[in-house]
Amino acid sequence: MHQARAIDLGVGLFILLGIGSVLFLLMQTMGLTGFISGNTYRLQARFDHVGDLKIRAPVAMAGVTIGRVAKITVDPIDFRALVEMQISLKYDYLPIDSDASIASSGLLGGKYVELQPGGDLEVLKDQDEIEFTQSAILLENLIGKYMLGGAKE
Amino acid sequence: MSGLVREGWLGFREFVGTFGAFQMFFFRLLPYLPKALLRPRLIIEQIYSIGVLSLVLIMFGGFFVGMVLALQSYSTLVEFGSADSLGAFAAEALVRELGPVVASLLFAGRACSAVASEVGLMRATEQISALELMAVDPIEHIIVPRFIAGVISVPLLAAIFSTIGMLGAYLVGVHLLGVDSGAFWSNIQVRVDMYEDVASGILKSFVFGVSASFMAVFEGYYAAPTAAGVSQAATRTVVIGSVWILLIDFILTGFMLPGV
Repeated sequence: MHQARAIDLGVGLFILLGIGSVLFLLMQTMGLTGFISGNTYRLQARFDHVGDLKIRAPVAMAGVTIGRVAKITVDPIDFRALVEMQISLKYDYLPIDSDASIASSGLLGGKYVELQPGGDLEVLKDQDEIEFTQSAILLENLIGKYMLGGAKE
Repeated sequence: MSGLVREGWLGFREFVGTFGAFQMFFFRLLPYLPKALLRPRLIIEQIYSIGVLSLVLIMFGGFFVGMVLALQSYSTLVEFGSADSLGAFAAEALVRELGPVVASLLFAGRACSAVASEVGLMRATEQISALELMAVDPIEHIIVPRFIAGVISVPLLAAIFSTIGMLGAYLVGVHLLGVDSGAFWSNIQVRVDMYEDVASGILKSFVFGVSASFMAVFEGYYAAPTAAGVSQAATRTVVIGSVWILLIDFILTGFMLPGV
């Protein structure tokens, strides 16, 4: 009986440790994806080129992640990239004339959407579109321009 | 020349025969699985001897793999000025690949060989025949509890391996190499995805657990009842079990990787 209890204890600890590890791994990865399912509202923005922006890339304002990219499609009418973003409802005070640009975090880092706040008192609401956008800067295009002397003009 | 062809043919026939026996044994096990859950005592004892006793080896392995991973990748990442993503790099490698695969390989070497030789020795010393004589089903009482215990243990061991590995990488990366602690964890949060990385790693380790544990009970149950037969069963369990793990890993990774 004494040995059986030691075995039970060992197995119990093992299972708890295992489940604890799984939870730890999930917590580490859920940190930011968590609020997508929570309270969010949707914003849209049209870009000439999105570079290699991916779904679930962060949307940041002043470096703080406030949302995620939810969907990237091509608009059938003007053939620009239509990016849908989910923004946490905590940030429901973004001015309506804010502008969105696609930035990259570091030389090798991934692309993300950076919002610059505007000055208007009216705020962006669900399904609104951000008017002012700036496309991704493609390194290849810059190099091409430079080599062909286009940068001088 | 015809002798050689004959040898080859016999070898091929044996391979196909073993493969067939493998499938048959698996289907023989299946109906016992729900029944075995009614006897948790047997499973708990097996989890203790194959899971809990592997824990120290797995934790040791995970810790050192994590530390080496941090050391190795740091020298490359720092050249590109992105030492901050050390955490994400180590965590992705551990959760997706190294955790499930290395933990399963260690498990095959530590626990599956023990199971195979234990069951093989039961066969050699006619304990299995004795159980059959007493109308006790050896599959229900010996094989299935060991199989289920292995299937339960491997995903847990793999998760523990990854977690300890991340702590090892943290120790080396942050305290030894001077990566920023906040950048280490936030990069992990941004880069490591719950479904693509963590869930696929757990699924992988589950499949490895099934294949490695099944290999062990199969080889043990069909071991030749001699000293050489038992040792051969243990060896085959480790060798073929490891080959299976690596093969299945390649196939599963191919299926799971997005955009391939």
